[in-house]
Amino acid sequence: MLNIECPWCGERHETEFHYGGEAHIARPESPEALSDEEWADFLFMRKNSKGLFFERWCHSNGCRRWFNVARNTVTHEIVAVYKMGEKPPSLVKGGKS
Amino acid sequence: MKYSIFSIARNALTHHKNWPQQWRSPEPKPEYDVIVIGGGGHGLATAYYLAKEHGITNVAVLEKGWLGGGNTARNTTIVRSNYLWDESAAIYDKSLQLWEGLSQDINYNVMLSQRGVLNLAHNLGDVREGVRRVNANRLNGVDAEWLDADGVKEFCPIINISKEARHPVLGATLQRRGGVARHDSVAWGYARAADARGVDILQNCEVTGILRDGGKVTGVQTSRGTIKAKKVAIVTAGHSSVVAAMADIRMPVESHPLQALVSEPIKPVIDCVVMSGAVHVYVSQSDKGELVMGAGVDSYNSYGQRGSFHVIEHQLGACLELFPIFSRVRMMRSWGGIVDVCPDASPIISKTPVDGLYVNCGWGTGGFKATPGSGWAFAHTIARDEPHKLNAPFSLDRFTTGALIDEHGAAAVAH
Ligand SMILES: Cc1cc2nc3c(=O)[nH]c(=O)nc-3n(C[C@H](O)[C@H](O)[C@H](O)COP(=O)(O)OP(=O)(O)OC[C@H]3O[C@@H](n4cnc5c(N)ncnc54)[C@H](O)[C@@H]3O)c2cc1C
Ligand SMILES: [Zn+2]
Repeated sequence: MLNIECPWCGERHETEFHYGGEAHIARPESPEALSDEEWADFLFMRKNSKGLFFERWCHSNGCRRWFNVARNTVTHEIVAVYKMGEKPPSLVKGGKS
Repeated sequence: MKYSIFSIARNALTHHKNWPQQWRSPEPKPEYDVIVIGGGGHGLATAYYLAKEHGITNVAVLEKGWLGGGNTARNTTIVRSNYLWDESAAIYDKSLQLWEGLSQDINYNVMLSQRGVLNLAHNLGDVREGVRRVNANRLNGVDAEWLDADGVKEFCPIINISKEARHPVLGATLQRRGGVARHDSVAWGYARAADARGVDILQNCEVTGILRDGGKVTGVQTSRGTIKAKKVAIVTAGHSSVVAAMADIRMPVESHPLQALVSEPIKPVIDCVVMSGAVHVYVSQSDKGELVMGAGVDSYNSYGQRGSFHVIEHQLGACLELFPIFSRVRMMRSWGGIVDVCPDASPIISKTPVDGLYVNCGWGTGGFKATPGSGWAFAHTIARDEPHKLNAPFSLDRFTTGALIDEHGAAAVAH
C-alpha cells in the first residue's frame, strides 16, 4: 500500500485516493486543427516510464483535490508531491530505475 | 527425443538420470532472419510457428531472465474464448482450437483441462450483458450457455446464491470448452518444440537497443553483444513501452501490477472456473488442491511486480461472500505480474512504422489463453510482412482510425 502525502491533508493511505495516470498531458488548444495521428497521440499514446514518472492523484475520499506526484515505478518510492499547474520539479533520477 | 510412455519406460531403466536437456543453450549467432524479443509464452509460440508454419528456422528468442519468468508463469491460467466482438471471438477461438490439439502438436503435456468457465452476473446490467454475449458467441460459433441462479448452483454447488448476499448471483454465462492449462508447460513445451526445429533460445540476454538504418531494422544490442537481424519482433508484455521506445515508437499501453494468490492445498471442492468481473474475483482449484485466485489490477503504473495489499483484501472479501466455505482456508502466497493494458482492453499484433519491426502486446490481464493463437497470427505477420485476417483488426493504426475493439465487458478484470 502506498502512503501518499496530500498537499492539503498530509500523509494518508492509498485507499483514500484515486489514480489519474500520466500528468502534464495538455489538451490541444484546437483539436480540429490536428491530424488523426496527432489526436491519437494526445488521446492514447503514453510514456509509461520505467523509473521516474510524473502522475496525477485525486484525494477522492478526503479533500477531493487533484495534485501531482513524482514516483519511481520500479521501487514505488514517492520522490515529490506538487500542486496542479506546477511544473514537475527537476529531480536527480528518483531512486534507482 | 519424443516423449511417450515408451520413453518413460526406457528411461526408468537408467533411473531417469539420462533424460536429454529439453532445449540447447547456444551462443548467439552473429545474425538471424528473425529475432523475437521476450521469452514468454507468446514469444516462444511465435518462434515455434515461424519454424513450423513458415519454414523460417534461423530464429532466436532473446529473454532477459529465464523462460516463463514474466507473466507466463505468474498467471491464473484461465483459458476461454467467449469474447463479445467478432474480431475477438475469431482470434481467441482460433487460440482455443490450437489449445485443443497443443499437447499432441508439441509433444508436451500442457494439461489443458476443459472444466468449464462461469462468468457471474450480479445485477440486471450484468445479466443483459451476459445474455447478449452468449448470443454473440453462438453467432460466432463459440460455445456458450446462459445459466440462471439455480443452474449456477447445480454447476458449482459450493457457490452462495442467497438473495441476501451483497452481490447476489443472478445467473452466469458458461463456456464448457473453457478451463485451465499448466502455465510453465506452455513455455517449456513451445521452447522445446521450437528448439527441435532449429530455433536458438537465448536466456539471460537482455535487449538494450534496437538498431536501425534509414527506417529499417538491422538488429539489436543486447547484454550479450550486438546481434544482427533482418526482422525483429517485440513480445515483451509489461515492458512493451520500454522496448518500443528503443525504436522511438510511442505505445498506447500502460503497465500495471496484477496480483494473484494461492491457498494451502485442500481436498477437491470446485471443479470448474468461476469468474466475476463485477467483484473482481476468479477462482479455480489446481491439481495439487490449492485454490488459485486472482484480483483486479492495481490502479497505478508500475514495473515492480508487486501490488498493494488492499487489492487482495477486496478480492478476498468478495470471494468469501461467494464461497463462505473458504472462510478458514489459509492463503499460502501472493505475487504480482506486470500487465500491459490497452485503452480498449484488446491486444496489438501489428507491423510498426519501422520496416521489419513488429509488435505483439497489450494482452493485459488476459493473454495466457491467447498464447497459441497470438503466436500463430504473429508468425504469419512477420513471415509475410502483412497481418493475417485474424489479427488485421488488432493493428496499431486502430488508435488513429478509431476502429477500437472495446472488450472491457468481456476482459475488464476477468480472464
Ligand atoms: C496475476 C496474473 C494473472 C493472470 N491471469 C490470467 C488468466 O487467468 N488467463 C489469461 O488468459 N491471462 C492471464 N494473465 C495475463 C497473461 O499472463 C499475459 O497476458 C501473458 O502471459 C502475456 O504474454 P507473455 O506470456 O508472452 O508475457 P511474459 O511471460 O511476461 O513474457 C514477456 C517476456 O519478455 C521479457 N523481456 C522484457 N523486456 C525484455 C528485454 N529488454 N529483453 C529481453 N527480454 C525482455 C520478460 O522477461 C518476459 O519473460 C494474468 C496475468 C497476471 C500477472
Ligand atoms: Zn487531501
